[in-house]
Amino acid sequence: MAQLTLPQNSRISKGKIHPSPKNAVRPKMFSIYRWSPDDDANPRMDSYTLDLDDCGPMVLDALIKIKGEQDAGLTFRRSCREGICGSCSMNIDGTNTLACLKPISEVKGEVKITPLPHLPVVKDLVPDLSHVYAQLQTIEPWLKADTPPPENEERRQSIAEREELDGMWECVLCFSCSTACPSYWWNGDKYLGPAVLLQAYRWIVDSRDESTGARLDALEDPFRLYRCHTIMNCTKTCPKGLNPGKAIAKIKKMQLERH
Amino acid sequence: MARGQSKREFVGRSLLGRAKGHGAARSGVGHWWMQRLTALGLIPLVVYCLVSFLTLADAELGTARDWLAAPFHAVMMLLLVAVGFYHGALGLQVVIEDYIAHETRRILLLAAMKMLMTAAAALALFSVLRVAFGAGG
Repeated sequence: MAQLTLPQNSRISKGKIHPSPKNAVRPKMFSIYRWSPDDDANPRMDSYTLDLDDCGPMVLDALIKIKGEQDAGLTFRRSCREGICGSCSMNIDGTNTLACLKPISEVKGEVKITPLPHLPVVKDLVPDLSHVYAQLQTIEPWLKADTPPPENEERRQSIAEREELDGMWECVLCFSCSTACPSYWWNGDKYLGPAVLLQAYRWIVDSRDESTGARLDALEDPFRLYRCHTIMNCTKTCPKGLNPGKAIAKIKKMQLERH
Repeated sequence: MARGQSKREFVGRSLLGRAKGHGAARSGVGHWWMQRLTALGLIPLVVYCLVSFLTLADAELGTARDWLAAPFHAVMMLLLVAVGFYHGALGLQVVIEDYIAHETRRILLLAAMKMLMTAAAALALFSVLRVAFGAGG
C-alpha cells in the first residue's frame, strides 16, 4: 500500500537549543538536521546561534565554527571551501547547494540545513552516495577509443570541438541536481538522474571518444534516460550554474537522430 | 529510502551490479517521439472538433448526423479518436511507470491500461463509423 506518512523512526523532532554566544552583535540562528546510527533516537533539528560579526560569510564557515566551538559531534563533508571539490552539498533554506558557495546573508531568518533529500543518511548532514557513484561508473566516464593516440602527442581537438565540453567539465559531482529531481526521488534505483546524464553527454559529445553509439545504446531505456520529464529542478538548483536539463535534451535529440 | 532509517544494510550484490540492473531496454525513443508527434497532431484536431461541436450545439439530431456523415468530418473524428486515445495511452504509461515501483504490479497495470484504452478507442471508432455509414436508427 501507498505510504503517505514518514515511518515512525524517520519523524523529525525538535532537538537541543544551544545557547547563544554572549554579547552577540548580529545573532543568527542555524537549525541543523541531526541523526546518528549509533543510538535508536529519531532525527532531530538542533538550533545554534552564531554572531555574524565573528563568523565568515558562507554557510560552510558557520558549520565549521559550530563544530569547532559549540558541538564537536556535528558531522558534515567538506574539503576545498571554494566550490571545486563538491563535498559540502546539502539542502540549505530549502534548496540543494554547496555550503561553501552559499552566503549566509542570502537566507532570511533562521538558516535551516538538512542533508541532500531522498538519500539514505550516514550521519547528520552526510548522505550515502554509494548508489549515485555506482551509477556514474555505469556510464564509463572515461575516454574510449580504438584509434591509438598519435605518437608522443596528445589527441588533438579543434577549438570548436573543445567548446562542446563547456558547461560540462565544470561539474563537481556534488549531486545537488540529482537529489533535487522528483523523478530521481521516485525512480532513482534505475533513472540515472541529471548529474550522471550530464557526465554521459560529456563523453558522448567528446570529439576524441569513439564509443558514441555504445554510449547511446546504454542510455536508451525508459528508466535510465526517459524518466526525465523536463521538470528542470536540476538546472535551477545547480550551484555551479550548469544546465543538466539541456544536456539531457541533447541526448534525447541524438537518440531521435538515429531512431 | 527515508531519512534516518539506514543502518546500512548488507547487500550481497555489488553496488555496480545493482546500478547496472537488467541493462538498457534499448527502447524508449519511439515512445518519447510518438508522444510528442501525437501532441502536435492533437492541436488542430481538438480545435477543429471543438469549433464544430460548438456550431452544432443547437442543431437538430438529423443535422448533426448529416454533419458526421460527411467524409471530411467523419475522417477528422476518426483521427481525433485514434490519435487522442493513442496519446492518452502513452501518457498513462508514463504515469504508471513513474509511480508504480512494484514490478509485477506495474506490468499488470500497464497491460490492463492498454487493453482498456484499446477497447475504448474501438468503441468510439465504431460509433463514428456507424453514424457515418448511416446504419442503425
